[in-house]
Amino acid sequence: MTAYVLRRLLLMLPVAFLVTVGVFLLIHLSPGDPALIILGEDRSPQAIAQIHQELGLDKPLYVQYVIWLGHIGHGDWGRSITTHQPVATAITERLPATFELGLTALLWSLLVAIPLGTIAAVRRGSVADQVATGITVAGVSIPNFFIGIVLIFLLSVSLRMFPFGGYVPFLQDPLESLRHVALPAIALGTAGAAINMRFTRSSMIEVLNHDYIRTARAKGASWRRVVFVHALKNALIPVVTIIGLQIGGIIEGAVVTETVFTWPGVGRLAVESIFNRDYTVVQGIVLLAAFSYMVANLLVDLAYAWLDPRISYA
Amino acid sequence: MSNAPAIVAAQEPIRRTPVALLELMRGHRRVMASFVLVALLFLVAILSPVISPHDPLGVSPDNSYLPPLTPGHVLGTDELGRDLLSRILWGSRVSLPVAFVAVAVGLFGGGLIGLVSGYAGGIADLLLMRLVDALLAFPGLILAIAVVAALGPGLRNAMIAIGIVAVPVYARLVRAVVLQLKQMEFIVATRSLGATPLRLVLRHLIPNLLNPIIVQVSLSAGFAILAEATLSFLGLGAQLPTPDWGQMINSGASFLNNDPWLAIVPGAAISITVYSFNLLGDSLRDALDPRLRS
Amino acid sequence: MAFAHLLEVDDIHSHLTVKDGTVSAVNGVSFTVDAGETLGIVGESGSGKSMTALSIMRLLPRSGSIVRGKVTFKGRVLTELSEEEMESIRGTEIAMIFQDPMTSLNPVYRTGWQVGEPLRIHRHVDTRTSIKAAVDLFKKVGIPDASKRVGEFPHMFSGGMRQRAMIAMGLSTSPSLLIADEPTTALDVTIQAQILELLRTLNRDYGTATILITHNLGVVAGMCDRVIVMYAGRVVEQGRTEDVFARPEHPYTWSLLRSIPRLDADEHEPLKPIDGSPPDMIRLPTGCKFTPRCPFAIARCAKEEPELLAVRDQLSRCWVTQGGVTLDGADLG
Ligand SMILES: Nc1ncnc2c1ncn2[C@@H]1O[C@H](COP(=O)(O)OP(=O)(O)O)[C@@H](O)[C@H]1O
Ligand code: SF4
Ligand SMILES: [Mg+2]
Repeated sequence: MTAYVLRRLLLMLPVAFLVTVGVFLLIHLSPGDPALIILGEDRSPQAIAQIHQELGLDKPLYVQYVIWLGHIGHGDWGRSITTHQPVATAITERLPATFELGLTALLWSLLVAIPLGTIAAVRRGSVADQVATGITVAGVSIPNFFIGIVLIFLLSVSLRMFPFGGYVPFLQDPLESLRHVALPAIALGTAGAAINMRFTRSSMIEVLNHDYIRTARAKGASWRRVVFVHALKNALIPVVTIIGLQIGGIIEGAVVTETVFTWPGVGRLAVESIFNRDYTVVQGIVLLAAFSYMVANLLVDLAYAWLDPRISYA
Repeated sequence: MSNAPAIVAAQEPIRRTPVALLELMRGHRRVMASFVLVALLFLVAILSPVISPHDPLGVSPDNSYLPPLTPGHVLGTDELGRDLLSRILWGSRVSLPVAFVAVAVGLFGGGLIGLVSGYAGGIADLLLMRLVDALLAFPGLILAIAVVAALGPGLRNAMIAIGIVAVPVYARLVRAVVLQLKQMEFIVATRSLGATPLRLVLRHLIPNLLNPIIVQVSLSAGFAILAEATLSFLGLGAQLPTPDWGQMINSGASFLNNDPWLAIVPGAAISITVYSFNLLGDSLRDALDPRLRS
Repeated sequence: MAFAHLLEVDDIHSHLTVKDGTVSAVNGVSFTVDAGETLGIVGESGSGKSMTALSIMRLLPRSGSIVRGKVTFKGRVLTELSEEEMESIRGTEIAMIFQDPMTSLNPVYRTGWQVGEPLRIHRHVDTRTSIKAAVDLFKKVGIPDASKRVGEFPHMFSGGMRQRAMIAMGLSTSPSLLIADEPTTALDVTIQAQILELLRTLNRDYGTATILITHNLGVVAGMCDRVIVMYAGRVVEQGRTEDVFARPEHPYTWSLLRSIPRLDADEHEPLKPIDGSPPDMIRLPTGCKFTPRCPFAIARCAKEEPELLAVRDQLSRCWVTQGGVTLDGADLG
């Protein structure tokens, strides 16, 4: 197992290198000189040159990259160009809100997807199955910001069932927290629910055709036992893959939903920072998003090996 | 947000003529229905200057916030009194071309990478595929946002960004088909005769790619429209006063209390458009992929 | 309680819906099994052996259904039971093991857990007790190192060991009837012999009646009291094994026996194909289904289908033998 983990990590290295290069170049490709953003009105050539020196922008690009990478490695992600707050702090302050939203959305999507996907698979070809398949294609076609807006209109503006936006930390008041996170989580989780349901369904259909399902039936196991004990554990192995990737993609999903619900998370910070041309913050968030996605990919592979006894670690 | 490449098993060179495609639609009702939907959307985009009842940019403060089904304004008007139907119709002239260009960027960029990678093999393959891996290491929307952040907001940059997101799928797809072709007997045979197989590979590449590409293009067109709407909604795509659906939802969201249709109508337009493309891709995949046939 | 027979299969017809039509996979099959007896079912691949067994278990694939007929087991009409009642019979009264041990065990559960499962389902014992029972069962079926191997996953077992585990699972509740559907087809010759020996011992020691499905005539000769020969979803011959082997009364059985060089040459020699190809089950010929391949066919054969009737010591579905002719092949060369 250790050897397997090491090998996977080794394979990740070149990709991680390219990712950091890409993120690093982001700031240098972007139009506009950070010095100008920092200086605002006072744009004397001396002041600009001084800022360039402070930021190390006068050195060759590859030197800048190495220095930057060293800082990133030591947890120094630079300072926000606009607020001068350390980027790492700005992001970590916002992470809990994003995680609460993302994980609630994931939970919601699984609560919908696994039972419905299983039912669609068990009754494949039935009207219920066809309706479910139609809904899954719709689920990935409707933009989640639009789902958010419709939910706000229906449940918040019209029926006043849920409050609009406003993040309450879970540890502070769990119940209030859930009430506030409900709408954005449903909006964010719907596309995921559609994808997960489709995955569960096709995986379940495949599993139900296996000989060992017939063996279980021949033992006298009821359909319910066959589906939920014998089939589901097998069927969920591939589903775990996409769940892992969805956890890794929490920041991505948060960008739009947080904007719609004015949710004080990392996603909204990213959008705000783009408008403020606060490239150090954008850079930090992009890097974090890419790395959490890569790590999720890795963990998914490991989980796969752990869940499926047939896969050897060699 | 990424679509797994839909590789259709092709054991021998196949040719699909438009006639075969018509044949396909006759046999598969879902393909037919979604194809008609997509064709209608293109028709709307082409004809919108003719069929729009009003100027999409024509401000008329006296007529602001008219509800849907008002005579003369079937879908009502927005806060500046602009006719919503006309703006929706003209909006298709933003969404569809953006999707078209973005898919073209992904297809040609990714196609070239895949062709070189698959054909040359060795170190070129290794490097190019790590590059593709690196692109895939970014979640799709984050990559698009990063590119837009670097290039600056705007429709043109949004198109490039979405195209770059689509590159890996096509790169892997084309590479897989090229590798498959290189294994085929008739190509191996000509190589042993001393002929350069590049021409052969190219000649057989197109027909072999046609099926998976048709499926993938439909799916990534859906993705592109969705991504463009998202970027525009965030203010990173189309800029005012372009009548863009995502942009319209953004501004409409401010009036949810009293005039919800200002956000709901463009939202429905996006959803229907993306749904049509996804349905087309999905049904084509079912119809073309022999492994999925029951 | 006394019943005429342990199992009575009466005129079963089972259909399967396939892409280009309906397959009448089992067509009017009738037979009985008595307590402690071993019945063989032979026939080429596709002749309906598995579908007959699955009809008894009421485990036909989704596309299949029993359209006519009756299965009675210990006086209960299985074909009329509710699904729940049927579940209480499967795995307790009737157990079934399948052809491919490689795919018949669930890859994500430990073997002991799977072998003990019938006890948990039907006897409501807890997991620990059931796994302890699995250790004993493993010993009984000759799996060495039983207490360690119950904790292993199926992929760590060889084919032969998996089939032993399947048999252990079948025996866990001491059923009165075991249906073994080609239990050795997927195994090496030496392993085949061991598994058959195991089945024979179990039948002798526990008095479990067995239906042994095979396409290997040698296996039938060595194991079965009586034998049924199936062709195109029909029983074409039925009788005591020694009678059928000594003097087949159906040309299909006759051809099968002739295709084995010497009966006792090699018990595990698979059935040699006989001339001609198996019938297209969707477009069966009228008359006797064996006509296109039958060396004895007469004009009537292609027009009318014969019934399964007594011919001397056994039952046969053939115009020629029913007419008094004996099949001895001397005149055929
Ligand atoms: N799952 C299935 N779906 C459709 N047809 C089947 C299926 N399994 C078997 N058949 C058909 O049913 C007939 C009987 O099959 P089977 O009972 O499995 O034969 P045997 O066990 O004697 O080899 C064959 O013609 C076969 O083609
Ligand atoms: S009925 Fe005729 S065709 Fe059929 S087995 Fe007898 S002789 Fe052969
Ligand atoms: Mg069989």
